Amino acid sequence: MHLKPVPDPVPPPDPGHEASIEELERQATVLRINCVRMLAVAKSGHLDSSLSAADIVAALYFRVLRHDPSDPRWPERDRFVLCKGHAAPIQYAALAQHGYFPHEDLMGVRKIGSHLQGHPDMNRTPGVEVSTGSLGQGLSMCVGICLALRLDGLSETARVFGVLSDGDCQEGETWEGAAAAAHFDIPNITAIVDYNHLQTDGTTEEVMDTGDVRAKFEAFGWDAVEIDGHDMGAIVEALERSRTLRRPAAIVCQTRKGRGVSFMEGRFGFHGKPPSQEQAEEALEELEGRLDEQTEALRARSETPDA
Amino acid sequence: MPEAKTEPIATRQAYGDALVALGEDHEEVVALDADLAVSTQSIKFGKRFPERFFNCGAAEAGMMSMACGLAATGKVPYASTFAIFATGRAYDQIRLGIAHNELKVRIGASHGGVSLGEDGASHQMIEDIALMRVMPRMQVVVPADYNQAYRAVIESYERFEAPMYLRFGRPSTPIVYEEIPETLGRGVDVLREGKDISIFACGHMVWRALDAAETLSREDGVEAEVVNVSIIKPLYSETVIESLAKTGVGVTAEEHRVVGGLGDAIREAAAEQHPVPVFALGMEDEFGVSGTADACMEHFGLTAAGILEAAREALLKKPIVSHPPIHGGNWH
Repeated sequence: MHLKPVPDPVPPPDPGHEASIEELERQATVLRINCVRMLAVAKSGHLDSSLSAADIVAALYFRVLRHDPSDPRWPERDRFVLCKGHAAPIQYAALAQHGYFPHEDLMGVRKIGSHLQGHPDMNRTPGVEVSTGSLGQGLSMCVGICLALRLDGLSETARVFGVLSDGDCQEGETWEGAAAAAHFDIPNITAIVDYNHLQTDGTTEEVMDTGDVRAKFEAFGWDAVEIDGHDMGAIVEALERSRTLRRPAAIVCQTRKGRGVSFMEGRFGFHGKPPSQEQAEEALEELEGRLDEQTEALRARSETPDA
Repeated sequence: MPEAKTEPIATRQAYGDALVALGEDHEEVVALDADLAVSTQSIKFGKRFPERFFNCGAAEAGMMSMACGLAATGKVPYASTFAIFATGRAYDQIRLGIAHNELKVRIGASHGGVSLGEDGASHQMIEDIALMRVMPRMQVVVPADYNQAYRAVIESYERFEAPMYLRFGRPSTPIVYEEIPETLGRGVDVLREGKDISIFACGHMVWRALDAAETLSREDGVEAEVVNVSIIKPLYSETVIESLAKTGVGVTAEEHRVVGGLGDAIREAAAEQHPVPVFALGMEDEFGVSGTADACMEHFGLTAAGILEAAREALLKKPIVSHPPIHGGNWH
C-alpha cells in the first residue's frame, strides 16, 4: 500500500494561475489521496469529513485564494479559515501541495512531536490563520479578521473564506457571527457550508435538523446561494462571484460525506473513524484509478488544444 | 497621566479611563463589548474611537472569537462585559481562540463578585478567578482600587504580552494607593508591615484588610502584615513566602469562592515552599443573593469585621515553632 507520501508528479499550479476546472478536479483527487494516506498512518482522524470538503478546498487553494506560500504572513493575502477544524487533513494536504511545509510532514499528522495537530494550530503550522476545532467559533473569528482588515484598509483587497460544517450551523455562536457580519457591513467575508448531512450520532435530520441553511443566512442579511458542492464549475463560479459582492456571502454546498470513496460516500458510521488497512487500500485503488484517468485526460487535452 | 483619585470610585471607571489613554497612544488598540459598555465603561473608548469600537450585542461567545480574529490580524483587543458572561458563558472561546493561541487579548471583566449587588446570584460571579487561573497561559489581575486599576490597564498593553484577564468591580471603593503606582511590579505588594499574621487580599477586600489590621493592632496588640495580591497568576510567591516565614500564619480574603482563587493560590505556594496554616475567607459552597453591594458583602462576611474574626481564629491556631522557607521563586 502507498502509505508513504508520494509527491504529485504534476506540479501544483502557481497561486494566481487560473487553473481549469479539470485541473481543479484532479487536484481534489490528489488531496483526497493524501487524506486517505495520512489517516491510514495516523490511525485516527476525520477522513469522511475531509473528503466532503475536498472539492471546495481544491477550488480555493488552487484557483480562488490569493496567497503566497513563500510569505505566509503577507498582509494582503486572502484568509482561509477551516471553521470545521476536524477536517484538518484536507487543509494540510493543500498546504503541503503548495510547499508551506514538506510533503513528508503529512505522515506525522496527529503524532507526538508533529506540527500537524489533530485540529489546525496557528502557532505550529504555517498557513493556518487561527486555531479551530471547537465548532461554532470559526465564523466569528472570520468576522474579527475582517474588522482588523478594515482598520488596515485592506477590505477591498483581502477576502476571508471560512469553511463551515453542518455541525457549525448547529452551534448558536455561528449565528452570532452571522449577525455580526451583517451588522458591521462586512464586505469581504465568504462562508462556505460543507453541508454533508452526516454527523457523529447520525444524519443531521435525525440528530438536530439544521434545515434550510441558505435561507437562514439570507434571513441574517447575507447574500446566500446553494450549489452542488461537488460540481467544480459551480463551486468556482460561486466563490468568484462572492468576491465581487460587497456584502457577506454564504455558499451552502450540498455535499456527500466521504465523497470519492464509494464504500464511504454518504454512509453513516465513518465520522471520526480512520480507515483500516483494507479500507485504505480499497479507497486508494479507487482514487488512484481516478487520478490516472484525470491525468490522462488533461494530457490528451493539452496535446490537442483545439479539442 | 491623569491625577490620582482620592475619593472612593469604582475600579471599572479606571478601565474606561485608561482604555482611552491607550487608544490615544496606540493605534492597534481596539475594544469590544457585549451591550454593557456603559456598565463596563468601555463606552468611553467607544465615544472617542468609534471606528475601533465594536459592540457585539448580547453575544459574548461571538465577541471573544471576534477578539481572537482581531488579535490574529495584528490588533490588541480589549473585550469587556460582566465577569459572569466573560468567563462563564465564553470559557471555550477564550480557551481555544485566545489562551491556546497566546494572543494579546485583554478581557476586561467588570462587576466581579457579590458587590454587583441587586441583580443577585445570576449576575454575581464568584468563580471567575478560579476559571481563569486554571486556564493555561492566562494571566489573572485583580486591582485593589482605581489608581492601581488604571496602572494595570496601561501595563496590560505596555508591559505584558500573554493573554490577560482583568477583574474590576461595580461599587465605589475606597482608595488604597494614594498615587497611581508607577508599576504593578510583581503584583504582590506589602501595604502594611507586621510580624504576627499575614493577611493576603485582592480587589475590594484590600481596604477592608487594612481596616482589620488597624483594629487588630489597636484592640489585640497584634501587628498584621497586609499584602495586596493584584497579580494572582502568575503568583510571585517569593514575597508571599517571606511574609509567611516571618509571621507563621496567614489569612486570605477575596470576593470569590474559597476554592480556586487567591486563597488556593497562596495555599498552594505555602504547601510546597513553607507549610504553615493559611485560612481562606471568601464565598463558601454557596451562591450570591440580592441586596445592596454593602449588604451583600455583609451577608457573606466579606467585611473588615469578617477578616478580623478570621485573623483572630487563625492566631489561635498559629504554630508555636516556625520554620525557615524552603525555597522561593514564581508559583504558577
